Amino acid sequence: MRGRMPAGERLWATAIWVIVGFFVLNLLALIATVVVSSFGTRWLGTWLPAGFTTRWYASAWEEFQLPDVLLTTLEVVGAVVVLSGVLGVPAAYAMARRDFPGKALLMLVFLLPLLVPPITFGIPLATVLYRAGLAGDIGGVILANLVPTVPFVILIMVPFIQQIDPRVESAARVFGAGTFRMFVHVLLPLLAPGILAALLLVLVRTIAMFELTFLTAGPTSQTLVVALYYAVFAAGVRAGQSIDAMAVVYMVTSLLWLLIALRFVNPTQIVTRGKRAG
Amino acid sequence: MSDRVPLSVRLSQRGLDGVTLLALPALLFVIALFVYPFLYGLVLSFKPKVGGLFANYVTFFSDPFLYSTIGKTLWLAVPVTLLNVALSVPVALRVRLMRRQRLLTTILVIPITLGTVLVAEGMLNYLGPRGWLNRFLLEFGLSSSPVRLIHNYWGVFLSLVITGFPFTFLLTLSYVTGIDPSLEQAGAMLGARARQRFNEILLPLLVPGLIVTFCLSFVQAFSVFPSAVLLGAPAGDTRVISVAAYTAAFEDYDYSMASAIAMIMAFVQVAIVVALLGAQKLVYRGPAGGGKG
Repeated sequence: MRGRMPAGERLWATAIWVIVGFFVLNLLALIATVVVSSFGTRWLGTWLPAGFTTRWYASAWEEFQLPDVLLTTLEVVGAVVVLSGVLGVPAAYAMARRDFPGKALLMLVFLLPLLVPPITFGIPLATVLYRAGLAGDIGGVILANLVPTVPFVILIMVPFIQQIDPRVESAARVFGAGTFRMFVHVLLPLLAPGILAALLLVLVRTIAMFELTFLTAGPTSQTLVVALYYAVFAAGVRAGQSIDAMAVVYMVTSLLWLLIALRFVNPTQIVTRGKRAG
Repeated sequence: MSDRVPLSVRLSQRGLDGVTLLALPALLFVIALFVYPFLYGLVLSFKPKVGGLFANYVTFFSDPFLYSTIGKTLWLAVPVTLLNVALSVPVALRVRLMRRQRLLTTILVIPITLGTVLVAEGMLNYLGPRGWLNRFLLEFGLSSSPVRLIHNYWGVFLSLVITGFPFTFLLTLSYVTGIDPSLEQAGAMLGARARQRFNEILLPLLVPGLIVTFCLSFVQAFSVFPSAVLLGAPAGDTRVISVAAYTAAFEDYDYSMASAIAMIMAFVQVAIVVALLGAQKLVYRGPAGGGKG
């Protein structure tokens, strides 16, 4: 095929690869600057810093109270993952197995929090949470973060549950399994791969969820990404390399989970909400 | 006889039984924390701190510092989305033929995963006056003085390309790979050149998907927030509507005004999406079968 491509088409193909290459190159350089700077001593007007050191990590650890921030992040992400599974998976099961009046409307209600950008619904949500006295601490952050993740789990799990044969469940019932035993011994093992994929995606998205956490967090309930925002916002107060060290800590945290998630899901699923789950 | 059938049986015949109730907790949650806050915000926006029912909206549309944010946001979001969609289509059509797509899609998912805050920090380093890009331009004589790409319109524009293009591209790719390749092969066999195959076969099948992609990408770009503050000029060129809403809520503590701005923001997004979907129905009658599924 390739040899017989007309000259015009070959030129076109090359142009596209140049664009993609240019984009990827700049993207990688952008990430690399942060990493290099976080390990650099003095970096003024040269390609690389004058020397390399790890001391910025120690100073970032102290200055930005990273142990506290990391603990908060872990608590928020853990709670969001568990709760969105507990709320989302049963709902997805109902949506996948039953046809009832108003199902299309219900699906729309579940779809809206994913389609409306967080900053748009985040401001009224934060207002309600502040008035109810829930915002400003970790509970409010968790509640706000659940708003897009519960529908996200439902959307991923519905097609996954639909492709499991309902006769398997009927067979378990025929052999005398009650609802609970059927759930634990039959459904859960069948659903496990889908739940794992959905919850890993929730995890990756929650680590990076800036807007909702930013709008609802108080000084003691900042997650890593919000703490990073405040550090960059107040740049100049502290050494730039220190901020970069914190950025690298954030990057490692989020990319590590991305790598784990990508063992179970396709990269396109992070965007297209799991049309081909499992 | 029929009215002797117990209620539970009649309900379950319509699909309502214990299993259906499993959807209830999630529904109540979304109503409590998404639907209710939205309605609350809508009502609150009509209860201004001072003035009558519409005082917030009157203030917004008479103060140039406030109403200009709509124009500024559109001036960022529309060109960025057009560029991202325009780049995504040819790239997705080419990548579709690739055997090892996964490496590229994995690289492109990284900026989405890292999010706008980290990309902003990276861009401040990379595009800054002492960053690698300006160093490259000066070293090779491509520019005589450092190019200013941050703390202005272009900083926000570029950050929306870096996080937005992968998003648009991956969505487009999922639509493009849904088109049956045999349709294009049939066209090729009947003598259609590449351009003809694109115009006559692929494009008509892609239009509905591209409109959805455009809507989703636009809505994302329109709600730009952290990069407008960190990479732009949040008091000038890139004072986007979300910055105005945030300022009203968390600097002026005027939640009523903030809700009004959030409602205006939602309204503009919905108006553009509805206009696009309407235009599609009016102008374009898609193929009966569709290319996906």
